[in-house]
Amino acid sequence: MCGGTEGGLSLDGVDLDKESVIQGVVLREEQPLGGAYVRLLDATGEFTAEVPTSATGQFRFFAAPGHWTLRALAPKADPVDRAVVAARGEVAEVRIVL
Amino acid sequence: MSREAVLVDAQWVEEHIDDPSVVLVEVDEDTTAYDKGHIRGAVKLDWKQDLQDPVRRDFVNQEQLSQLLSERGISNDDTIVLYGGNNNWFAAYAYWYLRLYGHEKALLLDGGRKKWELDSRELSDDVPDRPATTYTAKDPNLSIRAFRDETVEAIGTKNLVDVRSPDEYAGRLLAPAHLPQEQAQRAGHIPTANNIPWSKAANDDGTFRSDDELRELYREAGVDFSKDTIAYCRIGERSAHTWFVLHELLEQPNVKNYDGSWTEYGSLVGVPVAVGDEPGEG
Repeated sequence: MCGGTEGGLSLDGVDLDKESVIQGVVLREEQPLGGAYVRLLDATGEFTAEVPTSATGQFRFFAAPGHWTLRALAPKADPVDRAVVAARGEVAEVRIVL
Repeated sequence: MSREAVLVDAQWVEEHIDDPSVVLVEVDEDTTAYDKGHIRGAVKLDWKQDLQDPVRRDFVNQEQLSQLLSERGISNDDTIVLYGGNNNWFAAYAYWYLRLYGHEKALLLDGGRKKWELDSRELSDDVPDRPATTYTAKDPNLSIRAFRDETVEAIGTKNLVDVRSPDEYAGRLLAPAHLPQEQAQRAGHIPTANNIPWSKAANDDGTFRSDDELRELYREAGVDFSKDTIAYCRIGERSAHTWFVLHELLEQPNVKNYDGSWTEYGSLVGVPVAVGDEPGEG
């Protein structure tokens, strides 16, 4: 996938000219973790969106350009926050290790 | 309605899971969630396929609902316990919708599917086989549903509560950020609406905050509890969540969900629109 990062979700069907994509994978003990929840918080910490991870631990958001925080929730784990910057036409890839 | 009369926790569900008068119903936008495992005995409702009219832009009518619940083996006397993904957005929508059509005993599982999963509670693959019933939906109770004209008239007079995320309210995003953004309508919000994201009413695990915290949240954000209130979002599901908080948990009498919400309002010709972070003038 041109412009994609190893292990990232396919960008087929995504019009990157319009989108500011944040995507990535949640890992536990180096294994992808399906069924975790990833929350997207805006620059003020306010909730913007949430998705469950896929069976391969992956998630994706269509954000706006700017500073965001990802918060991962999973059974038997404390929440983990990761800061990320989104830009139009780019894909911000994030690995979150619980 | 007190909190106990409308909201149950996982322990309550586990204690009543084999009660024949209790029907668990999972309501999702992403119905593959149910297929990947659900609370044992739960029936699936697809927010779009089952609850939206396939032709008109509206939810299914009295006859269609009667047929749907009859087919799913749900009776008028059953206690329906709703839960789902997306922090119960679509479960809250189904709750509002069932109340609109006069179902007496409806409950929401606090925290929905997410809390159940985060607690590592049991999920089942078995699809229940419920014999068909003869369900009769009542006439729609429009005192809890707002339409576009009364929403326009509410500008500057009633509480308008926009429960979308701050970026959607301001017009920087057109949809929740887990969805692609290409849409045809204008961005922004209804003038004089206060932005009180639905998520402020919930904890990270999807459970509702306490009644005292909720009352304080809406008061501080500018809701005048002596006035009538209309809540809206993009398609009416997140605002059903806030309708549940204001009408069912906090027992505010005149609260309506505007389910046309921003997808309708933001496409109307000639209505006022405010952009940016401030409510704007009426």
